[in-house]
Amino acid sequence: MTTIQIDHASRWFRNVVAVNDITMTIGPGVTGLLGPNGAGKSTLIALMSGFLAPSAGTVTLDGEPLWRNEKVYRKIGLVPEREALFDYLTGRQFVVANAELHGLPDPGAAAQRALALIEMTDAQDRTISTYSKGMKQRVKMASALVHDPAVLLLDEPFNGMDPRQRIHLMELLRGMGAEGRTVLFSSHILEEVEQVARQIEVVVAGRHAASGDFGAIRRLMTDRPNRFVLRTSDDRALASALLADASVRGARLRSEGGIELEASDFGRFSEVLPRLAREHGIRLHEVTPTDESLESVFAYLVSA
Amino acid sequence: MISRTIVRLGVRSVFGRWRGVLLLVLPLVLVAVAVLVRALVGEEPLAAQNTLEALGLVVIVPLVALLATSGLLAPEIDDGSVSYLLAKPISRYTIVLSKLVVAAVCVVLFAAVPLLVAGLVMLTSSPSLGVGFAVGSVAGGLAYCAVFALFSVMTRHAVVVGLVYLLIWEGLLGGLLDGVRWLSITRWSEAIIGELADVALVEDLPLLYAVIATVVVLVAGTWLTGRRLRAFNLTGDE
Repeated sequence: MTTIQIDHASRWFRNVVAVNDITMTIGPGVTGLLGPNGAGKSTLIALMSGFLAPSAGTVTLDGEPLWRNEKVYRKIGLVPEREALFDYLTGRQFVVANAELHGLPDPGAAAQRALALIEMTDAQDRTISTYSKGMKQRVKMASALVHDPAVLLLDEPFNGMDPRQRIHLMELLRGMGAEGRTVLFSSHILEEVEQVARQIEVVVAGRHAASGDFGAIRRLMTDRPNRFVLRTSDDRALASALLADASVRGARLRSEGGIELEASDFGRFSEVLPRLAREHGIRLHEVTPTDESLESVFAYLVSA
Repeated sequence: MISRTIVRLGVRSVFGRWRGVLLLVLPLVLVAVAVLVRALVGEEPLAAQNTLEALGLVVIVPLVALLATSGLLAPEIDDGSVSYLLAKPISRYTIVLSKLVVAAVCVVLFAAVPLLVAGLVMLTSSPSLGVGFAVGSVAGGLAYCAVFALFSVMTRHAVVVGLVYLLIWEGLLGGLLDGVRWLSITRWSEAIIGELADVALVEDLPLLYAVIATVVVLVAGTWLTGRRLRAFNLTGDE
């Protein structure tokens, strides 16, 4: 049982705060780190993998500090977001090298096991520079799994994967969580996270915005009254049409043009708004969430 | 202390890129010039000495050290793939030392050996000149490697900083101001060569000082590079 404990950790870069006083415990099972791009997910993962010192607070793995402590990598497998690999090696050479660097007794066998686990056995003797994005992602996985780590940290692992590879990786992560490993992955897509993660930690603008299972997170995000400014080809007609729907709590026509709108049920509203606009032949020029702290949360929910 | 895996990867990365070609071209140029000098002026000690110093020691040795060292560390740090070395339970000093072993082999193969060959080509009758330059270039080259390794972990523009350092400090100021010899790696190796080959390349620089200064730079550069790598910040693209 391995646990990462983040205790009142902050990290700033000059005058930009990337992680703001976050406290969370990552235990066995799959945890999803959810947040829009730029929310501080990568910074958090860097803190958890010992590649960044917290400016304040502590980050520990089973009570041991992660910063300046290379011993912790015996327990950690890290899948970075950046794609760069040792392009001049073959997939097998790369994974074997990782096994050797871990000091494993039989690097070749460990590499074969890891490559088989991520279904890369067929392409293992090709040079990494010829790999597709999804294949590179899987080789990164193999290199992170080669020493059978208790903790697996993945930064945006689903980026660039095709649907089949995505499903395979999801199964793999679920399996590792079920084995009692501590698995944490980051993503900006709620649907992705809720398919795999038992526990979800939401980070928005460097802050720990919410924590819980996916049901709780979804309710939290959808049941909150949300404010928007809409700019349309016919504000008055759309406002009156929207007011007739139960998902809208209020609408006001602004003197400078546009509608100020408060929705109570985001999920329903996001489906009603385009439908009503289409039915009335109104063009939507702009839909901007104005609730600043949650703006980015909506931004990605809308885009998902 | 040395990781064979990192040495193996290092050799692949040095020769896997355009740098590998340059590393081969530089010594060939030196030997070609040596052949030319021999053909034009015959066995002339002063011409041999000037060629080995001006082209070999001042240009080839630091450039080989710069190409080898920056090819080992800078690209990996730039593209983030260094994280695969760092996310391992191995000492950061082992990583630096292993990389420097590769750089040292490059210095021997592409600077010291060509200097020896060039020396023998130009001055076949007294091999001590070539031997002296070869030994001196190993000492200077290793010190340069340690300095450039430190540059690689301190700045993203290690090659540029290294070149500026070579041109301004070692080249321009080293030539203009006499006092720079106390703080110039090339001058130190000249003091070592002067002793071994019995020639006067630099005045008033004791051998003992030159040797100690070279060792200090080598050790301090390696240690500081490892220390810096222990506190290596790696963040995503956010």
